[in-house]
Amino acid sequence: MPAQVEQQQPPPLVELQGVTKIYGSGTAEMQALRGVDLRIAEGEFVAVMGPSGSGKSTCMNILGCLDTPTGGRYLFKGVDVGALSRNQRALLRRHHLGFIFQGFNLLNRTSALENVELPLIYRGVPTRERHRRAAAALAVVGLAGWERHTPGELSGGQQQRVAIARAIVTEPAVLLADEPTGNLDTARSLEIMELLTAFNREQGITVIMVTHEQEMAAFAGRAILFRDGLVAEDQDNGEGR
Amino acid sequence: MLVNTLLLALREIRRNVLRSALTILGIVIGVAAVIVMVTIGGGATAQVTEQIASMGSNLLMVRVGQHRGPGASSAAPAFDLADAQAIAREIPAITAVAPSASQRLVAVYGNQNWSTTVNGIDNEFFKVRNWTVDAGRQFLDSELRAGKAVCLLGETVRKELFGDQSPLDSLVRLGSFSCQVVGVLEAKGQSTFGSDQDDLVLVPLRTFQRRIAGNQDISLIQVSVAEGRSTDKAKSDIEFLMRERRRIIGSENDNFQVMDMKELTRMLTGTTQILTALLSAVAAVSLLVGGIGIMNIMLVSVTERTREIGIRLAIGALEREVLLQFLVEAVVLSSFGGLVGILLAVSGSVGLARLLNIPFIFNPGIVLIAFLFSAAVGVIFGYFPARKAARLDPIDALRHE
Ligand SMILES: Nc1ncnc2c1ncn2[C@@H]1O[C@H](COP(=O)(O)OP(=O)(O)OP(=O)(O)O)[C@@H](O)[C@H]1O
Ligand SMILES: [Mg+2]
Repeated sequence: MPAQVEQQQPPPLVELQGVTKIYGSGTAEMQALRGVDLRIAEGEFVAVMGPSGSGKSTCMNILGCLDTPTGGRYLFKGVDVGALSRNQRALLRRHHLGFIFQGFNLLNRTSALENVELPLIYRGVPTRERHRRAAAALAVVGLAGWERHTPGELSGGQQQRVAIARAIVTEPAVLLADEPTGNLDTARSLEIMELLTAFNREQGITVIMVTHEQEMAAFAGRAILFRDGLVAEDQDNGEGR
Repeated sequence: MLVNTLLLALREIRRNVLRSALTILGIVIGVAAVIVMVTIGGGATAQVTEQIASMGSNLLMVRVGQHRGPGASSAAPAFDLADAQAIAREIPAITAVAPSASQRLVAVYGNQNWSTTVNGIDNEFFKVRNWTVDAGRQFLDSELRAGKAVCLLGETVRKELFGDQSPLDSLVRLGSFSCQVVGVLEAKGQSTFGSDQDDLVLVPLRTFQRRIAGNQDISLIQVSVAEGRSTDKAKSDIEFLMRERRRIIGSENDNFQVMDMKELTRMLTGTTQILTALLSAVAAVSLLVGGIGIMNIMLVSVTERTREIGIRLAIGALEREVLLQFLVEAVVLSSFGGLVGILLAVSGSVGLARLLNIPFIFNPGIVLIAFLFSAAVGVIFGYFPARKAARLDPIDALRHE
């Protein structure tokens, strides 16, 4: 039956075909991914789980077009990303992808508002609209009134939420979140999950999220388990929570 | 986008004020040197030109020897009075011929003494040089003919020897003989490079030859060409005549020189040219050092901000956008150095011009060129670090500590 369903559907939003990733060389060689096959359709909410060092972040970086696979193919909307130039991949990131990093990766000594504005600057959004949208995104993550604070003046959780605001402000097609709740207490984590769920449901944003917590994974409609650089399990949660 | 980039560059520079200030020092010095050089050089040249114009553009100077640049001249036999008379007699289209000889001597009055140049002249001198007597009178024909012990003082000599007193009819001792002051020359003022035109004493030529030089030599014949007649023609006529009189044949080199005002200008501005060349070298080296300084700081900045670059690339910045960001930063830095250099140079030139007693001539062209040049230094030396930043791999840059 799955084969029939696939026949009717458009190509998946993202597709990995036998993707491998090898770090280093010689004796220091480290095979982080050993042939990952993965297809994710538009509008899905996927949780990626697995022990530390199993290749989750590596896989996310490849999906986010930040890194290139050593072997295999990555198709984004049916386009082979491996065949794209550096600039084309940058444009793909700019217009279709939002990334929440495992570290926050905010600009130091730069206000929360300006951090959130950054992707809008590269999209050429006019100043006034940029301010408005960035402020709105900060409000969505519960940081209204914190616009002028720099990362150094924010707590870890607040920084994480600035990073989330920066990723969603462009309303990307795919939101890649590498442990978005890793630095938050449970209450805050649940709030963030509600947020991501809302983006997914209301705006049809595809969300791919790495998490260690079963509780957070439960929000997702599908859970993928990584082990030793391979997809070990791929299970459907139905409608998620 | 460009406005954003510019604001960003300004903010980055403000974050490291001291470092930025030290970085632009080379550019500041280079730009300042260029502007000071051109301004002072231009002022000096303008002054020389003006002085020469005040002497009359129709003046020719016939001098002994060949003068090549400042100070360099070769020895040659002097002229005599017959040469001057021959010029007056045989060259058409001239209005006055003034032979003269000179020597440096100490002039003494009472217990004041002053080292000056004593010139033996006749009254034609006043015609060719457009010079008038302020107080007293010119020499009488009888005084010139008889070689009387009389003299005229330049304003500087009068001031040094007599202060507020009137010098007329006083006796001034020049070396071993004394002469009576019959007049004071109109003041002409300081000339370029500190040489004072008013620092001279005039005596009748015959007096000079008998009492001071002890020979009949004439070292300079000044000739005034008639208004509206070609100085070039007069010049070549005099050259032809003098070659004949001095028996210079065929391809032999002249052992005298007829200079018109163009050549005199060139000779007098020779010093300016040497100065200009020197300052050009300073400017070039400073700009080079400044450029290297900017390159160095930009490389440091790229390393320090690797993570920032990684974030920008990850968010979707294009290679050329990152390149532009760092290039703009380098250019803003170097043009700021250019601006500071311009301000420094203009205020410095005003002071220096006053000190050297030459006119301050503001030259907007060179200011613009210097500014553009400083900006160009930023582009050239900022390009390599900016390209390094733009070529970073986003994931590597993000991992950078
Ligand atoms: N840049 C790198 N150079 C060398 N090895 C690397 C590099 N990045 C990751 N690895 C290795 O690849 C493997 C997979 O790493 P990855 O970061 O994908 O794990 P992860 O599943 O995200 O772990 P965690 O849950 O701790 O974040 C690890 O063994 C790691 O040591
Ligand atoms: Mg990870």
